[in-house]
Amino acid sequence: MAASEIISGAMRERAADYLTKRHRFRAAEALPWLIAIAVFFIFPTRMTFGSQVLVMVMFALSLDLILGYAGIVTLGHAAFFGIGAYTVGLAAARLDWTEPISGLFAAAIAAGLVGFVTGWFLLRYRGLTLLMLTLATAILLQETGNLRSDISGGYDGLPGLTFKPLLGIFDYDLYAHTYYLYVLAVLAVMFYLVRRIVYSPFGQALTGIRENVRRMHAIGSPVHRRLVTVYTIAAAIAGVAGALFTQTNAYVTLTVFDFDNSAKVMVMLILGGTGRLYGAFIGAAVYMVLEDYFSKLSPTFWQFGIGLVLVLAVLFAPRGILGLFERMGSYFAERKRS
Amino acid sequence: MRLKGWLGVAAVALAVGGTAQAETVKIGVVLPFSGANADLGHQVDKAFDLYVKLHAKDIEPHKVEIIKRDEGPPTGAQAKTVATELVTNDKVQILTGFVFSPSAIALAPVVTQAKVPMIIANAGTAWITNLSPYIARLSFSMWHHAYPMGAYAFSKIGCKTAALAYTDFPPGKDSTEAFKTGFEKAGGKVTESIPMGSPVQVPDFTPFFQRIKDAKPDCMYVFIPSGAHATGVTKAYGELGMRKAGVKLIGPMDLIPDNKLQDMGDAAIGTVVMGNYAVDLDNAENKAFNKAWHEAYGKDSYPDFMSAAGWDTMHAIFDAIKKLNGKVEDGSKVIDVMKGWTGNGPRGQVSIDAATRDIVQDEHAMEVIRKPDGKLGIKVLGTTKAVKDECKELKLGRCGS
Amino acid sequence: MPQVANIAVSILFDGLAYAMFLFITSVGLSVTMGLMGFVNLAHGAFAMAGGYVVVTLTRSYGVSFVPSLVIAAIVVGAVSVVFERVLYRRLYKSTDLEQVLLTIGLAFMAIATATYLYGPIPKSVPLPDWLQGDINLGFRQFPSYRAFLIVLGAALIAVLWYAFERTNIGAKIRAAVDNRRMAESVGINVDRLFTLTFAVGSGLAALGGGLAIQLLGLSPSFAVLYLVLFLIVVAVGGLGSLKGTLLAALVLGIFDTGGKYLLADAGGFFVYAVTVVVLLIKPAGFYGRE
Repeated sequence: MAASEIISGAMRERAADYLTKRHRFRAAEALPWLIAIAVFFIFPTRMTFGSQVLVMVMFALSLDLILGYAGIVTLGHAAFFGIGAYTVGLAAARLDWTEPISGLFAAAIAAGLVGFVTGWFLLRYRGLTLLMLTLATAILLQETGNLRSDISGGYDGLPGLTFKPLLGIFDYDLYAHTYYLYVLAVLAVMFYLVRRIVYSPFGQALTGIRENVRRMHAIGSPVHRRLVTVYTIAAAIAGVAGALFTQTNAYVTLTVFDFDNSAKVMVMLILGGTGRLYGAFIGAAVYMVLEDYFSKLSPTFWQFGIGLVLVLAVLFAPRGILGLFERMGSYFAERKRS
Repeated sequence: MRLKGWLGVAAVALAVGGTAQAETVKIGVVLPFSGANADLGHQVDKAFDLYVKLHAKDIEPHKVEIIKRDEGPPTGAQAKTVATELVTNDKVQILTGFVFSPSAIALAPVVTQAKVPMIIANAGTAWITNLSPYIARLSFSMWHHAYPMGAYAFSKIGCKTAALAYTDFPPGKDSTEAFKTGFEKAGGKVTESIPMGSPVQVPDFTPFFQRIKDAKPDCMYVFIPSGAHATGVTKAYGELGMRKAGVKLIGPMDLIPDNKLQDMGDAAIGTVVMGNYAVDLDNAENKAFNKAWHEAYGKDSYPDFMSAAGWDTMHAIFDAIKKLNGKVEDGSKVIDVMKGWTGNGPRGQVSIDAATRDIVQDEHAMEVIRKPDGKLGIKVLGTTKAVKDECKELKLGRCGS
Repeated sequence: MPQVANIAVSILFDGLAYAMFLFITSVGLSVTMGLMGFVNLAHGAFAMAGGYVVVTLTRSYGVSFVPSLVIAAIVVGAVSVVFERVLYRRLYKSTDLEQVLLTIGLAFMAIATATYLYGPIPKSVPLPDWLQGDINLGFRQFPSYRAFLIVLGAALIAVLWYAFERTNIGAKIRAAVDNRRMAESVGINVDRLFTLTFAVGSGLAALGGGLAIQLLGLSPSFAVLYLVLFLIVVAVGGLGSLKGTLLAALVLGIFDTGGKYLLADAGGFFVYAVTVVVLLIKPAGFYGRE
């Protein structure tokens, strides 16, 4: 029997249906955005904190592209965040360039460029090797910044940055209302981009690389080129996150390159759930809210609370919080069916 | 009006203006309570708590409500977020604390916009007070200790040549720059200036010190962040036998924080520092301060210069509350009270310069000695009274803006 | 001594002492990662625990420094077995990321616990007289403590080498690192082997932590501050290799010390630059498996 007869028309239809359905927007996807907007109205005095959470969500999202989808584990992602942050900072402090949106583009390009160059060299490696190489890169960047602290401001940084009002109209206030909506809008754009990538054939190839890189090589997929591409894009997005960080804080120091930053964003992503886009939202939001909560409860011992949450998460929610939801969802789906 | 009418008016006036309404002043305390620098935050916090406890009756019938938040790491971002929320959410009327300069720097535009006074209890970068008219500082700038030390080292300690070693971050550069300015002005010569790694981890100081030892300057001026680094410096200095080799150890008082002095051992004896405070400082306020500290925190716990600054900070805040009768909503009024404020504290008499809103205090040249009771202690060699921040006086670099 | 030779001797000596500390603390991590592929980011916390045990023993119970080191190693090693059996064991089959999350969580909890028990102020330990000051080797004086580190390190290396190369257990460990499935199929109980190795590795980390107090100071953040350093030693040396960890510790220790001495401006650079260079050329480290 010929293969085309085994795969019946109905099966083919089902397969096509599955593949196309994946990237259509589902109703549940509106949820995180609704929550983000609701927060704006329910907690108007917490917008400073809210903006920082959204910045971290974007940062975690960019990491998800390479960690969750392409399977590249890196400990130096803060390097790109830092480059984006400093592009905007230096432009504002040294070149008097304070228009916010063009700053974002500049940051994306700068970070993307560095991502391209480092990725081209480093993505030939894997595992612990890649971890250490990316980590060392980030630290070397930080050390270079410190060497020329006359330019970078060192660990005291570049203070008192002022930015032109958004689109010439919306100015910034103490309550950070403008900031929150600004970051949310940029996040929406970034997210749309990431989503398109992930559900494209390119995205499929990435998943293939993550699952079985040898086979991808075997079928002639240009693995290295794909990896460098996604690494560059992820770097650019991380750069935008960094740029927003500088803009919302009106300040940047060399600590943006810290290993702590890279580790934190990875923890947030794993907590939320990798490779499923919204893990970044949940992970970053949950982590930062918990950190804030514990820190107010006990400014000295809050790390215990966070540590405990992480340990419990691994033991009971190994695929992240999103994994928990998925299990619950499928559990109810099962019940419905039976 | 007849007498009865006047009496009536007088009675009403008395009723309205005479009785003070009891206010609760909300103070936001931002200090590093966790993380690598938690010990610094706790030293200040303990002083805050102690002052509030012992002096609560000074501002009766008013009260203070202290809300504490973790300053976080020295990136400035967390401090900015928590302090902004203290202002917008918790509606504090005064912000204080701030161990790290980046925190204060990040917050400057916020306090200007919100018109909330920020009373700095530690952060030492010289030009911080220039960043906002709502900032007043009770602690010090690097230049307070380092600049006078330059002249003192040349004329009184016999340092004709000096090598500089510092932790590679802005306070380190600030401090050595200040020392160099004072030292070279007096006629001294700086042989080399060595950065010693990042402030995050205590490095092994041996290679840096070995290099200086081999170059044989008269003195070695060392700046490190107060805390674990200080003990490391003394240990390395002692291990390499540098005193025997003829290289004297000098620096700002960050080199010998009181709460670590006892651990430093014999290697520390003979170190000369310039600073505004030591546990052994001989004045009545300090004796009372130490007694109260030990009673509250145990005999093995020591205050240090950060605690002394914290104490004076709360003192200044309380004085402002008293003077304004609890009405501290107008931040500029609080700052006006601060300008020109003087007070007696563990450091002796301190005041706030009306022009720069920075502290003016006595600087003591101090030497580490072994006291008769066997413990390590400080002997004051000389005092320069009412030292101002020279960086702003000379308008050098960012201090001039 | 001529100046250049003097400098060289200084660098070598100090670098060697620092390298010994790196080796002692990191070797456990290298072997456990090589043997079981388990990413234990709480390794620094075990080192820190060892340090604090030494502090308690010497300050509160008057035990002398060196016996305290031994006791700390044994105590932490024993406690680590509990962690291994109760927690770590469940995650051997899990992904690296989950192991990272678990062990970072444990490290955080350790930091908070240490802060609670000991406060945030850095601690030091009283050293016996023979460890303070200098010893005179004829042509030069050397700090006694660092000389002690070198001697102790050398002794431990000899013991470990013997255990690895000449004993049955050592052979079994090497076999399991080489090819775990094969080792299991010839009847080696890899699980028990791992517990043993983990205990010894954590015990050594505790020893390193105790030794570090004099070198670097001890505070609750020790658990994470030096973790990057240990990871670098392990990566550059190659997972699961005693020789590799030693070589990496030596190279990094001496380069770091030499770099700081000669080019203080670029001080921290050297460790990371060396790391990058080595890993680009030999991705699995000096003696790692591809």
